[in-house]
This record gives sequence, structure tokens and C-alpha cells, in this order.
Amino acid sequence: MKKWKKFTSACLVAALSATLLAGCGGEKKEQAAANSNSYVIGASFELTGNVANYGKSTLSGLKLAVDQVNKAGGVNGKQLVVVESDNKSEPAESGNSVTKLITQDKVVAVVGPATSGCVFAATPVVTSNKVPLIAPCATAPAITVDNGQVKEFIFRACFIDPFQGRVMAEFADKTLGVKNVAILHDASSDYSKGLAEVFEKTLNEKGGKVVAKEAFLAKDIDFKAALTKIKAANPEAIYIPGYYEEVAKIVKQTRELGLNVPLIGCDGWDSPKLVEIAGPEALNNTYFSSAFSVQDKTESVQKFIADYKAMYQKDPDIFCMQGYNAGLVLADALKRAGDGADGTKLAAAIAATKDLPVASGKLTYDKDHNPIIAAIIIEMKDGVQSFKEKIAL
Amino acid sequence: MNILRKSDLKRIVACAILFAAVQGLLFAEIIGPFWELNIVLICINIILAVSLNLINGYTGQFSIGHAGFLAVGAYTGAIMTVKLGFPFEVALVVGTVAAGFLGFLIGLPTLRLNGDYLAIATLGLGEIIRICILNIDYVGGASGLMGIPRFTTFAWVFWIMIFVIFFIKNFKNSSYGRCCLAIRENEIAADTMGIDTTKYKVMAFTLGAAFAGTAGVLFSHYFYIAHPASFTFMRSFDILTMVVLGGLGSMTGSITGAVLLTFISAYLAEYPEWRMIIYSATMIVLMLHRPQGLFGNKELSMKMFGLGGGKDGRTAESK
Repeated sequence: MKKWKKFTSACLVAALSATLLAGCGGEKKEQAAANSNSYVIGASFELTGNVANYGKSTLSGLKLAVDQVNKAGGVNGKQLVVVESDNKSEPAESGNSVTKLITQDKVVAVVGPATSGCVFAATPVVTSNKVPLIAPCATAPAITVDNGQVKEFIFRACFIDPFQGRVMAEFADKTLGVKNVAILHDASSDYSKGLAEVFEKTLNEKGGKVVAKEAFLAKDIDFKAALTKIKAANPEAIYIPGYYEEVAKIVKQTRELGLNVPLIGCDGWDSPKLVEIAGPEALNNTYFSSAFSVQDKTESVQKFIADYKAMYQKDPDIFCMQGYNAGLVLADALKRAGDGADGTKLAAAIAATKDLPVASGKLTYDKDHNPIIAAIIIEMKDGVQSFKEKIAL
Repeated sequence: MNILRKSDLKRIVACAILFAAVQGLLFAEIIGPFWELNIVLICINIILAVSLNLINGYTGQFSIGHAGFLAVGAYTGAIMTVKLGFPFEVALVVGTVAAGFLGFLIGLPTLRLNGDYLAIATLGLGEIIRICILNIDYVGGASGLMGIPRFTTFAWVFWIMIFVIFFIKNFKNSSYGRCCLAIRENEIAADTMGIDTTKYKVMAFTLGAAFAGTAGVLFSHYFYIAHPASFTFMRSFDILTMVVLGGLGSMTGSITGAVLLTFISAYLAEYPEWRMIIYSATMIVLMLHRPQGLFGNKELSMKMFGLGGGKDGRTAESK
């Protein structure tokens, strides 16, 4: 027993030191490469912790973009190198990780983090160091604009929450032709609250009415109380902005209560788990807004899907695409800013991005550093996502 | 009554030298911003670990809700500077007092429990605080309180850390501290000897919570943001791990644990897929070989290496 213990710990210690040494070696190599002929891009993502899924997906998309740019000869004759850094899904740690990327690895720009809270925490760091940051999928409006003032170095590569809310209200009004809609939102998430607010406002403008508004909390299991109240209000459709975990249970329980009206939602629904938990039957007659669908037959989307499959042997999700778009935006801006441009010039070049072909169509930045891209509506049919329509506002 | 003993004076001088050295390196930019950030983080973690050690190590009450008090300090401090426009010094005091007061309120009923029950109650408390913050729109709710100015400097955090370390060291060596130790060793015996166990338990808990609050103020004023995700029970466990790794009841142990784990975590940020494995492997090896922690309940001192010198722990040198 004693011997075994000693042996095991010796092995573990050896493994530990080996990784540390290997790590040091790798760092030096990367830095050497940076000096000669490459651009170092920092990738600060949620690689561990409770939203590691998002971070990993986004990073895989970014890597695909960088890979393609490098294969096509790089930017200004230089290759792009990605340095990863984990922020443990925690805002304070995200400031730490971005500081490391900028000061230790001397990156020209940072891509990430995935979630809004982490981007907020990284903002003061990148701003004081004058290094641009592209947040691929952080949707909170305040990320790029603070009190009406645009943050010079912060960009995003996805549409913002209000946009999705407006798209869905448009869809409810035009395509579904419903006027009386109930809202069931997640009171513990700003994302959900923001969507609900904009949806309600847009719907009212279009002459519709919100007949009931109920709330739940993330990780709730039972939604019957709220749903019964909603049922009593007799809505023609229910808007459920939230994440798939709760939404799946809500959808299931809604159908159990015999409410067979259309359920509409947002891109937080987008996960294979939705079908697993709710079941394909219950999901019929549900729609959600998204930036991406594998069913979208547009050429650029299909090409992206094929490329992603070739590299990772699996289907990409929306985060992969947003990471990919962020990579393309950055490569394009680096090219236009020219060799040796500093952070301020690079930020200006990103802001000037116009009609750049990305996976989901053409991308142009508006004055608030938000990209203008089309949103799509996805319908669930027997547990399979099918492309319903594309809405551009 | 000598408030400053000779040995203490020596230690403070040693701390001042250490401070001057690190500050010099910072000025000369030999230590870059990334390591500066981690040094500040280390100091904050030391405050947290040492204050938790007061509760868990010295008084023997198993509390795992430290992140809650950290959050209270972080948010109250941020409210004072951001919302009410008070200077940083006031924020520090108010953050400390608020966390301490909450610790007192919570300590009174919960410290009647012991062992597992206290652990569960404090764990619950930490979560309650976090969920409350999550639902208060005044402090930003789920998106966190933003726009906090960076007031925390290395000098602030270092001297506060030294203050906390000396405070707790002297507390431990005072008659109050002896009572706490007695409670840890055997609560019934301590009670029989006429020690008001509830009073001392609450005292230690309040002090520990208050210092966690101080650390919170420093934390939010360094990272620009106070966000509920920073104060989950995983953070409580992180602090607990530091204390247990160093050895429950050893102040130098807590300090070493804090330094070690913060370094490992900073160093491994680039290898996320390896970080948790290495981290846990270290824990397993340590617990197999030294279940009492690195130093057990002994203090690291020159004497430990057979060099004579102080009777108990030297602190800042282990940094």
C-alpha cells in the first residue's frame, strides 16, 4: 500500500512538472513566432466553469477562421497565431486573463469572452491598453455603448438582444398573425428581461397586446403555476425568452396543460438538449429567432458548415459561427489597417467594416459597433430544426 | 503593556523591506501588469484565507460561506464609492463593518449548530447572499455592478494584508484567542471551564466575516466589477482549499496555500484542459500524504529549518 502510494504520487508529480515544463517551452515558441512574422490574437474564453460550452464552441469557430485565413496566405504576408486563455466563466478572472494576453503575449487584438458579464470586466483593461476587443456573442446592449457614448475599442459580432425581440414581434404579427400574446420570462437573467421588454414594446406598436406576463427563475423545475395563469388569459401565442434548460421543461408542461398555441422564443433555445428534454411532439408549433441554422440554404452558410465539419467532424452551432465571423472581421480589419498599425488604428478599421462576407451573410458595423446582419426564424418540426424565414429589419 | 513587542517590530521592518522590494520591481516594470494583478490577487486571497482560518482553523467551526461575506464587502464598498461618492477609505470601513455585522447576525443563530450542520447553514447563507444580490436591480442584478474605479493599489492591499495578519496573530495569542483554541479542542470541556463558548464563536465568526468584507472591497475596486458569478460557492471552496491545503489552524499554512493556489491558477490559465486535472491531482497527492495539510497546525518559522529565531510564524517571507 505504502509503495503504491509513493509510486502514484511520484507519477503524478512527474506528470505535473512535465506539463509545466512543456507549457514553458510552448510559450517561448509562440513568442518567438510572434516576433518574426505573425499577428498574435488573444482568445479569452470561458473554457472551464458553468458556461464552458459557449466558450469552447466560439473558440472552435475562431480557430477555423484563423486556419482558413492562414491557408490563404495570411494577412499582409503574416500568419495569425491564436493564444488561448481561460477565464473560468468568471468576470474578475476575465480581467485577469485579458491582462495576461495583452501584457504577456502582446496580442494585437482580443476575441472573446463569450458572455456579457465577462466582456464588461475585460472592457477597462482593453480600453486602458488601447487594444481592440471583439466579443463574438455577448448580446447586452451596454457592452459597446455606455451612456450614449460608443466605447472605442469594443465590438461585437452578433446582433443585440433588442434586435431579436423586435424580430420575434415582427414574426408574431406578420407570419403568425396573432394579436394577444403572453410572455413568460426568466427574471434572473438580463438577457431574458431585455428581450421581453423589447418584444412587448414592438408588439404594442404593431397593435398587438400582451395579455399576461409571468416570470420564472433559472433552474426552476415546475412552471405549472405560471402556465395556468397564462392559460386563463387565453393567449394566441406565448413568448418565452430564456435558455433551453428551462424552456424545454416549460414547453413540455405547456403541452401537458393542453395549451397548444404557438410558442415563440429566442436563440437561447438553440440546443440539442431542447429536443431531448421536451420531446419532439411537444415542440411542434414552436419557433425561435436565431442568427444561424444548419438548414439555411444560403451558400455562405453551407460552405461554413462543410468547412467546420471537415475540421471538427461535427455540426457547428451558433456560437461556432459567431466566433468564425469575429475571426473574419478581425482578419479583414488587420488587412485594411495595414502592417504595423496600432490598436487605435485597428479599432478604427474594425468600425469601418462594410459588407464583409461572413458565414451568415454580409456584415457591416453601425455607429454603435453593432453588426447589421439578418436574423432567421427556425421552426421545430418533429424534433428537427427547419428553416422558416429570414427577417432583416 | 507592550503593544508592539520587539519581535513584532522586527517583523514589521521585514514586511516594509519586502514591500519596498516589490514596489521597486513594480516601478521599474520588471513585474509586468499581469503579475502585478496576480500579486494583488494573492494578497486578497491571503486576507480571505487567514480570516477563514480564524473561524475554521482556530475556533474549529466549519464555515463554508466565506464568498458571501466577500460579496457583501465587494458590493457595499462599490455602492459607497460608485453610487454615493464616498472616498475609498470610507468604503473600506463600511464594507468591513457591513460584512462583520452580517456575520454577527448570522453567527448568533447558526453557531449553535456544529459540524456538518454549521457547514450546511453557512453554505446556504453564501448562496442566499448571492441570490439576493442577483435580484437587486439597484446593484445591477445579474449583470453585476459596473464602472467601479480602480482604487486598490499594491500598497493598499499589502498593508491591509499585513494588518489583518498581525491582528489575527495577536488575537490568537490573546486570552480571547486562547478561548477560541479551547473551543476547537473540546467544546464541552471549554464550556465546563467557564468559557462562554457562544460569545467566542460569534466573536471569531464576526471578525472572520469582517475581514472577508475588507477583502471584498479591495477585490471589487481592483477588478472594476462586482458580479454575482464571482461569489459562487466555488469561491468559498477555493478559500477553504487554501486553508486546508496549508493546514487548518496554521496561519503561515493559510498564507502559503493562498500563494500557491493563486500562482497555480494564474500559471495554468493557458492550459484550461489541464488546469483542473493538475489542481485536483495536487490535492489528492497532498491529502494522501499529509491529510493535516502542508504545515498541520504548526507555523512556518526559522526554527522549523533549525535556524533558531522567532517562536512562531513569520509571515510575509513565505510569499
